Amino acid sequence: MSTEDALKSKFADAGLAFSQFRDNRRIVVPAESLQPLLTFMNQDLGFDMLAEITAVDYLEYEGATDRFGVVYVVVNTKTGERLIVKTFVNDPDPVLPSMCSLWKAADWLEREVYDMFGIKFSGHPDLRRILTPDEFSAYPLRKDYPLKGRGERHNFPVITRADS
Amino acid sequence: MPFEVSDLAELDAPEQEYLWTLNFGPQHPATHTTLRLILTLDGEKVVNAVPHIGYLHSGFEKLGEHLDFNQYVTIVDRMNYISPLHNEISWHHAVEKLLGIEITPRCKYLRTILAELMRIQDHLLNTGTCALDLGGFTAFLYFFQQRELIYDIVETASGQRFHTSYTRVGGVAFDVNNAWVDKVRSFIRGFAAVHAEVHRLLTRNRIFIERVQGIGYLSAEDCINWGVTGPLARASGVLRDLRKDEPYLAYPDLDFKVIASKGGDCYARYLVRMQEMVESVKIIEQCIENIPEGPVNVDAGGKAVIPAKPSVYRSIEGLIQHFEVLMPNRGFPTPKEEIYAATESPNGELGYYIVGDGSPRSYRARTRPPSYVHFAVFPQIIKNHQLSDVVAVLGSLNIIAAELDR
Repeated sequence: MSTEDALKSKFADAGLAFSQFRDNRRIVVPAESLQPLLTFMNQDLGFDMLAEITAVDYLEYEGATDRFGVVYVVVNTKTGERLIVKTFVNDPDPVLPSMCSLWKAADWLEREVYDMFGIKFSGHPDLRRILTPDEFSAYPLRKDYPLKGRGERHNFPVITRADS
Repeated sequence: MPFEVSDLAELDAPEQEYLWTLNFGPQHPATHTTLRLILTLDGEKVVNAVPHIGYLHSGFEKLGEHLDFNQYVTIVDRMNYISPLHNEISWHHAVEKLLGIEITPRCKYLRTILAELMRIQDHLLNTGTCALDLGGFTAFLYFFQQRELIYDIVETASGQRFHTSYTRVGGVAFDVNNAWVDKVRSFIRGFAAVHAEVHRLLTRNRIFIERVQGIGYLSAEDCINWGVTGPLARASGVLRDLRKDEPYLAYPDLDFKVIASKGGDCYARYLVRMQEMVESVKIIEQCIENIPEGPVNVDAGGKAVIPAKPSVYRSIEGLIQHFEVLMPNRGFPTPKEEIYAATESPNGELGYYIVGDGSPRSYRARTRPPSYVHFAVFPQIIKNHQLSDVVAVLGSLNIIAAELDR
């Protein structure tokens, strides 16, 4: 039985949408079913590696209805199967369950998504900013964040030589 | 006053005050670039390590949303600057997958040779500096001299030694000639001797072995769970290589082995990298004698491809096509789709997640950097090691800060 069939029979009424583009096999899942789906894939279907978590801000995307898409690339290292699981979250409080308990790789990948997009992961052990400084107040990869400008830097505290 | 046992207990109790904190980096010769570790030490033993990264964060992914598919190649080769051409090949591999362009056989072979040269170049630097950090200067010099030869080859092909920006959508910037092929041949002829010499210098060197054997152990299960790929995972016994698992470029035609070890420590990583260089040489040998004839770029009739310069200068169609591709207000249609495409970079799985929105720019250009995923493992594997092992483990993980922070 293929992975898609197994998921279809297990999550018959969860509203999964399957598609394929080139060699990418994709599943779109509602946010509330994400945790059970990924848990099932990890524990019963043998998807033991999480290769990637990333997010996309669909603010300016033509025809998009949701604000953020979060993408999980999971791999079964025994069979070499690769699936792309995608879910959507919206303002004002984008929150998803953390996958740290299933894959430790999720730790830093989720921190980066939080840092760049402001999507929170409930249950993450250490959800801090990772690439930008702690004082940073914006989420730079959101589409409403400008490419150019003075940015946050002029708000940073400055330590003068006399105080140091 | 007689000494009592309870006094001793008092001394030991308050919150492990005997631990001290060491700030390692951001500027330290062994970090190679800018990254910072806050180490908590018990004497010389590392109790805890907290990495602080982001010192080189320069918003590459944001820039990727504002540059077109050909322009962004100048940014991606600044990510892993130890093997810049591999980033470009990987980026355009993803772009071509999104656009549905099948590159010509000649280009496939050319890119394969360059990708393998980059793998050698990366492993040369990594094993060389790993030995340098542990006190072995000679191997470093021998290997860097070989790296110079690879730079020469790359310069002959692209006109640039380092940040080449050589690949284009559907091909490369310039075709190579026979002089280039001869340079690659002569590099291969000379490389085996230097490789063997460094083998003799390091592989059974007692000082080197005592610094790396049993250090930084990573089990196969941990590798998979932490998402570790590439030579690190193979050194722990995970038989995963995207060149075999999800073949791309000319790899399906070629005969090569996946090198793996069961050791899982820094020494195993060193051995895997050394042997991978031999396999890369084998791949290059097979490719260089069998480069197919014919055009290197796909036909410019496909909208996204920059036409060859002679056709731009001598025909009106070529000129129109040139402007269609390069003018910012023109452009070509791209699918409104999303793609994840990964290649086996010298460091591990280097993936790109591209969202197309119909314009010649990507709506989102995400890099899956192997260094980033690998560095997350560092605090786990350094625990209960000595302070001096930090350098050995950092070297064997091959953390490239520009790729780490992007």
